[in-house]
Amino acid sequence: MSDRLSPRSAEEVRDAVQWAAAEEQPLEILGTGSKRALGRPVQAAHALDLSALSGIVLYEPAELVISALAGTPLAEIEAALAEHNQELAFDPLDYGPLLGQTPGAGTVGGMIGANLAGSKRLKFGAARDHILGMEAVSGRGEIFKSGGRVVKNVTGYDLPRTLTGSWGTLAVATRITLKVQPTAETEATFVLSGLNASAATEAMTAAMGSSAEVSAAAHLPADIAAVLMSHGHALGGPATLLRLEGFATSVDYRFAALKALLQGNGTVSRLEAEASRALWRDVRDCRAFFETDEPVWRISVAPTAGADFIVRMQAAFACRAYCDWSGGLVWLALPGADPQADAVRAFVADVGGGHAMLVRAPAPVRASVDVFQPQPAGLAALSARIKAQFDPHGVLNPGRMGP
Amino acid sequence: MSGIVMPRPDGDVLERRGEIVAALKRLVPGEGVIDAAVEMRAYESDALTAYRQLPLVVVLPETVEQVSAVLRYCHENSVKVVPRGAGTSLSGGALPVGDGVLLSMMKFNRVLDIDPANRAAVVQPGVTNLGITRAVEHLGFYYAPDPSSQIACSIGGNIAENSGGVHCLKYGLTTNNVLGLEMVLVTGEVIRLGGKHLDAEGYDILALMTGSEGLLGVVTEVTVRILQKPETARAALIGFPTSEDGGQCVADIIAAGIIPGGMEMMDELAINAAEDFVNAGYPRDAGALLIVELDGPEAEVDYLLGEIEAIARRNKASSLRVSTSEEERNTFWAGRKAAFPAVGRISPDYLCMDGTIPRKALPDVLTRMRALGETHGLRCANVFHAGDGNLHPLILYDANEPGQLEAAEAFGADILKLCVEFDGVLTGEHGVGIEKRDLMPEMFTEDDLKQQQRVKCAFDPKQLLNPGKVFPVLHRCAELGRMHVHKGQLPFPDIPRF
Repeated sequence: MSDRLSPRSAEEVRDAVQWAAAEEQPLEILGTGSKRALGRPVQAAHALDLSALSGIVLYEPAELVISALAGTPLAEIEAALAEHNQELAFDPLDYGPLLGQTPGAGTVGGMIGANLAGSKRLKFGAARDHILGMEAVSGRGEIFKSGGRVVKNVTGYDLPRTLTGSWGTLAVATRITLKVQPTAETEATFVLSGLNASAATEAMTAAMGSSAEVSAAAHLPADIAAVLMSHGHALGGPATLLRLEGFATSVDYRFAALKALLQGNGTVSRLEAEASRALWRDVRDCRAFFETDEPVWRISVAPTAGADFIVRMQAAFACRAYCDWSGGLVWLALPGADPQADAVRAFVADVGGGHAMLVRAPAPVRASVDVFQPQPAGLAALSARIKAQFDPHGVLNPGRMGP
Repeated sequence: MSGIVMPRPDGDVLERRGEIVAALKRLVPGEGVIDAAVEMRAYESDALTAYRQLPLVVVLPETVEQVSAVLRYCHENSVKVVPRGAGTSLSGGALPVGDGVLLSMMKFNRVLDIDPANRAAVVQPGVTNLGITRAVEHLGFYYAPDPSSQIACSIGGNIAENSGGVHCLKYGLTTNNVLGLEMVLVTGEVIRLGGKHLDAEGYDILALMTGSEGLLGVVTEVTVRILQKPETARAALIGFPTSEDGGQCVADIIAAGIIPGGMEMMDELAINAAEDFVNAGYPRDAGALLIVELDGPEAEVDYLLGEIEAIARRNKASSLRVSTSEEERNTFWAGRKAAFPAVGRISPDYLCMDGTIPRKALPDVLTRMRALGETHGLRCANVFHAGDGNLHPLILYDANEPGQLEAAEAFGADILKLCVEFDGVLTGEHGVGIEKRDLMPEMFTEDDLKQQQRVKCAFDPKQLLNPGKVFPVLHRCAELGRMHVHKGQLPFPDIPRF
């Protein structure tokens, strides 16, 4: 990368993209680059660095809405929200440390580009469920806006949501408007110790099918729990975690309800607010795999299929894995350099389908293996036609999502 | 018919009608093709009944293969297609075109799979919104979005309009509750998106389809998220002297960190119309009435009702009742749910508008709306999803009085422009359809609208699906695809470079 452009306004972004389109010069779209090691490596001589396009433009706590320029650090947004006891309900995970970067470095533009979500996605959805509006520059070099600042809005196609998770390949977001939510008064984690994978799935399914309003549910097998214990979390052996958030009276009431519901399933213990929050941050950010450099997959399947998928993988490979999202999200680390993409995707298909994303691997591996789940021909062709309508010259992050 | 102009019918297609009907009858045998004018009358309008048009022919396919064959035939023969669910659109989204096939999806009415362990249900698009809840409630589950037409409206139509309902502040819109789709493109190609897993792969085409008003594809199967029913639900009925007081109470409830299951407001005219109709015990002298519903664990609901009572008192509540039984809670809602027919009783006709505004703008918008009513010589009753800012002004008029429909439409357009002026939007949940089509430039620039239309070109380059809806000016895809490029030096010497 020889040249880095750092526009300070949507108009400067437009000028840069217009030039790139005219000269057919691909651009790598960057915030702080905290997720550069994720996705296929982009081959581009020029980078469009949005970190100067920064700042909260509007924050109205009573309206539950915040709007910020794309390069605004996520940490700045979270701090502003915390002052008013509010948060991003979808609990965006921080890929930084897993990818060998410093934690807390991402921007709001990157969060939207990657459609981040954390453990609370189970109840509250992902970034795509909380975006309300966007101003962006298409690959044609035109500024357009879509959506608005209100929750209920069906005025035109929902482009903000469509562009969320497009990894900067359709348009360059310049301003993003999000729905925010009051932070729960308190929280606790209901911990069941000693369950095997299938018993854990049953317990999580029962909890999610009850009215206890569990906001996150994960199962850590013994080896993963041991790593987290070494980082100070109060666990003992395999741990099935159910997160309860809300007003204190409600959390206590629901804790008791879970206890009655899950009687006879392992030993029950309780993590109070601070310990609960710290543990879930590490579950969310995949702390168990920070200290190694083996390939890491993030796999989304139907919740009851997660445990089955892990059983099949572990019968074939000496791999480490755990489930979040009540079984619907599997974090998987494989020994050695080969990410075993064909096997991973075959097992995903065997357990009923879903998708597998290669989150961590060296650049040459990411250049030769499909990082994102390959799509059936018809869907891939439709996606290519959508790309062509936003970015006809293919100048925005070419190759990031696929060859 | 008033001022909205639909695309001019294609004379060539009209001339080939006999041949087209015969071909469709071969593709959908039995009673799946309706071509007699008297039988097609049932399809000539949706719930925006001021607009009527007979289609070229009505087709009711029963299988995905038939949908695919019909669309492929229409695409190859350049015949327009208007998809239709239950026909409850309030924006004319399912209004037929005279030179196009009306494709009714109501034979797709089966629940295919109920999967409580994965909290998902797979249904066909003609299943009603309430039908999903009915199919899963014996397991303790329900489907959260609940538009007021939920008895009749289909889930396929809900996807087309991204329908909301009174519970969407807490539980989200259709787009937040759909996990997967099967759809047929206009070329006849069948595409599957998502499934029982949470994250969609690749571009979020599921999000693009939701709210696309039948312009991008025809949905043939839907996977929705189902939720466990809350342990309990109770409602508070709170009267205020003015809508300013009510609005402030709503803001204070949210500032206290409380997200109620539902929060609805009505103005004086709507309160009295509803009370006349259902005797719900609404305070007739209140300037604004707020219904706040809390749902969840009993301990939480009891605690929060106490908090809300205190907040309401601080905001000059003139009356306050809390439901003590399920029957009483339903009575509180009965008036609100019957607000549209109740207004129908005090006026021969009404137009239901659907703008959304930031909540804080409510007092100003209501004041300006009253002034607009005087200008247009018409009255307007207001019901309002207070939690999310979605306004439903009901404009009262008499279609038999010359000029009143036109005055009502002009008043409606002014209300929507007012919403946009206050940073709101033209439509919260009813869709643009034909009704708000020509107002789109109030909210969007030409570049905004062109980018939207380019998305359509990726799905339907011949622009055959639901033509004349949503976009005020039709551009051909070839024209939209053109790019003016200026080769040469970097035109931006001022941008910092590193």
